[in-house]
Amino acid sequence: MKASIFRFVLKRIALGLLTLFIVSLLIFAVTQALPSDPAEAMLGREATPETLEALRADFGLDKPIVVQYGNWLFGILSGDLGTSYATSIPVSEYIGPRVGASFFLLLIAAIGSIPLSIVVGANAALHRDRKFDTASSLISLILAAMPEFVVGTILTIVFSTTIWQLLPAVTYLEVGAPPWSDLQGLTLPVLTLLLAVTPYVARVMRAAMVEVLESDYVEMARLKGMDERTVLWRHAMPNAVGPAFQVIALNLAYLAGGVIIVERLFNFPGIGSALADAVRSRDLPVIQFLALIIAGVYILTNLLADIGTVLVTPRLRTRLK
Amino acid sequence: MSSTAGLRIVDLRLNVAATGNDIVDDINLKIERGRVLGLVGESGSGKTTVGLAVLSHARRGVEVAHGQIFCGDTEVLGLDNEAKRKIRGGLVSYVPQDPASSLNPALKIGMQLVEVLEAHDFGGSSEARKARIKEMMAEVLLPTDDEYLERYPHQLSGGQQQRVGLAMAFACRPSVIVLDEPTTGLDVSTQEHVLKTIRQLTRDHGVAALYITHDLAVIADLADDVAVMYSGRVVEQGEVTEIFKNPAHPYTRHLVAAAPDIASKKSIVGLAGRAESPGKRPVGCAFAPRCELAEDACRVAFPKMVPVGGRQAAACIKANQKASVAAGWAKTMSTRTLGEPAVELVSVSAGYSGNAVVHDVSLTIRKGECLALVGESGSGKTTVSRAIGGLHREWTGSIRLNGRELKTVARQRAVADRLAIQYVFQNPYGSLNPRRTVGDSIARPLIVDGKSKHDARRVVLDVLDKVSLPGPYANKYPDQLSGGERQRIAIARALVSEPEVLVCDEVTSALDVLVQAAIVDLLGDLRRQLGLAMLFVTHNLPLVRSIADEVAVMSEGRIVEVGMSESVIGDPQQEYTQSLISATPSIERSMR
Repeated sequence: MKASIFRFVLKRIALGLLTLFIVSLLIFAVTQALPSDPAEAMLGREATPETLEALRADFGLDKPIVVQYGNWLFGILSGDLGTSYATSIPVSEYIGPRVGASFFLLLIAAIGSIPLSIVVGANAALHRDRKFDTASSLISLILAAMPEFVVGTILTIVFSTTIWQLLPAVTYLEVGAPPWSDLQGLTLPVLTLLLAVTPYVARVMRAAMVEVLESDYVEMARLKGMDERTVLWRHAMPNAVGPAFQVIALNLAYLAGGVIIVERLFNFPGIGSALADAVRSRDLPVIQFLALIIAGVYILTNLLADIGTVLVTPRLRTRLK
Repeated sequence: MSSTAGLRIVDLRLNVAATGNDIVDDINLKIERGRVLGLVGESGSGKTTVGLAVLSHARRGVEVAHGQIFCGDTEVLGLDNEAKRKIRGGLVSYVPQDPASSLNPALKIGMQLVEVLEAHDFGGSSEARKARIKEMMAEVLLPTDDEYLERYPHQLSGGQQQRVGLAMAFACRPSVIVLDEPTTGLDVSTQEHVLKTIRQLTRDHGVAALYITHDLAVIADLADDVAVMYSGRVVEQGEVTEIFKNPAHPYTRHLVAAAPDIASKKSIVGLAGRAESPGKRPVGCAFAPRCELAEDACRVAFPKMVPVGGRQAAACIKANQKASVAAGWAKTMSTRTLGEPAVELVSVSAGYSGNAVVHDVSLTIRKGECLALVGESGSGKTTVSRAIGGLHREWTGSIRLNGRELKTVARQRAVADRLAIQYVFQNPYGSLNPRRTVGDSIARPLIVDGKSKHDARRVVLDVLDKVSLPGPYANKYPDQLSGGERQRIAIARALVSEPEVLVCDEVTSALDVLVQAAIVDLLGDLRRQLGLAMLFVTHNLPLVRSIADEVAVMSEGRIVEVGMSESVIGDPQQEYTQSLISATPSIERSMR
């Protein structure tokens, strides 16, 4: 039983790595095949053909594409992420702290949104068609309909500029400083992400919970005299979180991409702003590595959701051989 | 508490909360301790609503309008929420229809058993509770070891799941128990054991049992008393023998006449029309529109209960007039020569991804005749019928239509062969496209064939007439039709390609008995008029004599017995068939 779960997890990790490898091929093909020339982007229009040629050779762009990919992949595997074209410092040094900062932002948003959305969704289902349900449905619909930058802008107007001046409108965080050193500046970005994710998950949680509460086994639990707390936590909840896991995973993965806009909005020094800068300057090594990281987050969250679903569903768990 | 006080329902009415229309009304029932009352009725008659009310529970959208229910000396409807919780599973318990969906898939069965005891402070210590669980498991004939209690519901068979349900219901020694079709969906041999356990437990522990079912034969076998419900009202009640030997209400008479019986040579008789839903019910007797004895007085007010004799009473102004439903008699086939073979199966074996489930099956379906293929769930009967219809991929052997070898799947078969074999599915709710009018669904094969809309329309009206539905039905959508009407549409859709062979896969098992009898009637007429060869797949052994001339009995993927229905059912030669027949409850046998 234990061994079978371990084997299942290993198999899913192997599949995840395979997916990541295919993604790396795609990333490389797309970025390297772009009709833009990093050398030209760096040196500007006045560059002579000779200097362009020299810079391309310097970056290894004159080699065959397969060799370039091989070098890149081998570099990543051995910890050498290459050098940023634009800043001429190693990618690991340039990206490292930003990845940490973004990851921290994501983590706080996830830790906040998962329980919040489960509680909101479950309560809405429990009080179906009553005030709390109607209100939470309406609010989550409105929030879900607004893009993050609108939510972020409204939060800024309310909390830091026009109405109250409680919180800073931008994050004053030095690159490399620990992200928790500016908790005030972190508040609005986290809140924006929280409001972006919670509505979706809460709605799915509500739907899953409504279905479970209508099920025969919940009716049976009531008919054999279980109190409402036991009905909810022991009989209903374990059967409702399985489906919610999948949506939570998709949304966290979405956050990894959505964070770009939010970071931009609050000037938060994370991967989002780094990616935007890198795209502008055709900084290929940075773009490629960040794309790989975002893909990795997608794969990892889905992997965790699949494993979580299997663990809370006896029918799936006992089927593993 | 007096020794006979079991369950007493007084003047109960439940409404649709939103509209105030009655779902059930005027319910008065009494069950003494140690006795079983069978509550019979078609789907929608309100029997489950009454059953749940006994536990002081109403489903979403349902409310108690008035009435009292006494379990022992306790009136349960007026209790506060905490007191209600305490009596549920304690004083009065419930056994649900579908054990597979009523046990929590996320919890071990040991947990689901022990929590009932804990919720009612039964046993005092955890050791005492454990001992009680073992005792219960033994009483319902399940293993008592700890490993078994560690299992999840999906690791148990349907019969075992229902036994767990029974153990749970009897765990706290209730005075009253409500059993809501607890054996529907179980195979007859499993059903026999579960019924035996129920009878044993109710007698031994002096429980008053309300047994809800649509299966009259089960009632005849198990119950002491019967109450028949129609459109939310009890129309007749009395002792089992009284009701079955001398049904007084016209509806009960029709119900008995429509019930297939393994020990009876009578063929079943259906009845047109349907019971209306709450809010659309007629004034007066709800059965009047379908009743051949109805007169003006029936349509004025709901008839009072009239004593018929003994403990029997019926809500009909003509309850004491003896009128009987014309019972049909099964034709004896011995003098007639059987038709030519239409479809022949020779050594057909089939499986699913390598696992063989059908072994070496040879059968002949003859022109103008019906072959019944019977067996318990998992016997392979549906796989055989799907192979004939070209819906199953993995089979070997040979299937011939009029002597011509058929290709494996429908897609490879010639158009003429495809049209010649038509399939009617079990569930008429799932087999019709909800977004198309039924006329469009029926016409589809004709349009594909290149017929003009005008011509197709004419053929559609023609086949609707064949299945006894009026032409305007072509413009309706499936959700506007009853189950029986939908199944007629499904049959019409099969007939439109002028088939030679009709494969009917459990086509009546989702239908109420009166509707089932009507569909069986229709299939018989069509077979004779159109000279169809028919394969009627069913788990319902009693139905065989009414529909088929020949029967093949399947078990574990093999044909165990094949022959004329009359002789196979009347005088089975194989041990398996014998055990199947003796396990099937029968009204006639119980009344002897």
